[in-house]
Amino acid sequence: MIVKLGTAIVVLLALAASITFSTYLMIHLPEPKITTSGTAAIGGPFTLVATNNETVSDQTYRGKWLLIYFGYTYCPDACPTALNSISVALEKLGSQANDLQPLFVTVDPDRDTREAMAKYLTSFDSRIIGLTGTKEQIDSVIKEYRLYVSREKPEHGGDDYLISHSSYIYLMDPQGRFVNVIHAEEIGDEIAIRLRKEMADAGR
Amino acid sequence: MRRASYLVAVVLLVFGSGSATQAQTPAVNSIVVEQPWARATPPGAKTGAAYLTVVNNGTTADRLLGATTPLADKVEFHRETEENGVSRMREVPAVEVKPGAKVTFKPGEMHMMMVGLKQPLKEGQNLPLTLQFEKAGSIAVTAAIGKVGAMKHGNMRAMPPGYSMGK
Repeated sequence: MIVKLGTAIVVLLALAASITFSTYLMIHLPEPKITTSGTAAIGGPFTLVATNNETVSDQTYRGKWLLIYFGYTYCPDACPTALNSISVALEKLGSQANDLQPLFVTVDPDRDTREAMAKYLTSFDSRIIGLTGTKEQIDSVIKEYRLYVSREKPEHGGDDYLISHSSYIYLMDPQGRFVNVIHAEEIGDEIAIRLRKEMADAGR
Repeated sequence: MRRASYLVAVVLLVFGSGSATQAQTPAVNSIVVEQPWARATPPGAKTGAAYLTVVNNGTTADRLLGATTPLADKVEFHRETEENGVSRMREVPAVEVKPGAKVTFKPGEMHMMMVGLKQPLKEGQNLPLTLQFEKAGSIAVTAAIGKVGAMKHGNMRAMPPGYSMGK
């Protein structure tokens, strides 16, 4: 009986203590800072071929913020929208855009040769560099950036397949660490605002 | 006022450009095609996109079954859906337009994808499109070609000369 009472007291005390402690935690601990930088395992080393025929790696762009959009030139709607919005954003950013390297990485290396991408990109801001590579190289980037990429079966056969893909623009900091994603359907002005904010936050 | 002059401009455009002429005879045809437009294509692009609005002023549903253009091998209707950050394109075999309803093809939602472009679509030029409806039959329209990546209709240079949107 005494043992049981003792146990009950201990349990009650423990309960009270834990409630007090969690209340203390709730009141006194700072809000958990939501941060997506640094530790998130998005991104990683890559080797690809740029539209200017240079072989580039993730190291090539260290010191600059990277704005990476994954798409393909066969895509008639979403990709021109995103590339156009990025072009508008670069314009809006003015000289701040100098700290940034926009990249258009194909998810369709079979059709997107370096030449095809170079031609295609002449319609957009000339600062956007297109990157392509072998299927293995592109697959590796897709994996590192945890992209969803799926080739849709052509309804009538042939070569005109479409590709479903993640509709985000990835922002990496000058050290190559993942910072955040921006939805690819945001308008250019909004992308510029987001970029300014992310870059300013990092400088703090 | 701005809206009114815009409407006038649109009406002038549709009448003036000679496009959608059948659409302008509602007594015969209750399907009206408004503001057909297309995006200019980047060099080397094999595909292009066109957009428009189909209005059904009639009392029975109709279906848009297909479209053709002399500038591409084929035209497909695609609807973009997004689930968990992944944009997917789905071919839509036919687009139903209920009586009194309006279906708009626009960037990010639904587009007419031109596959096998025979020439680049150039800003300021026109793209002839023939739409095939189940009941209304075929309706020929002329889509004004706007900028690469343009988000809406309204490229002045693609309009017939002499018409202005006003201020």
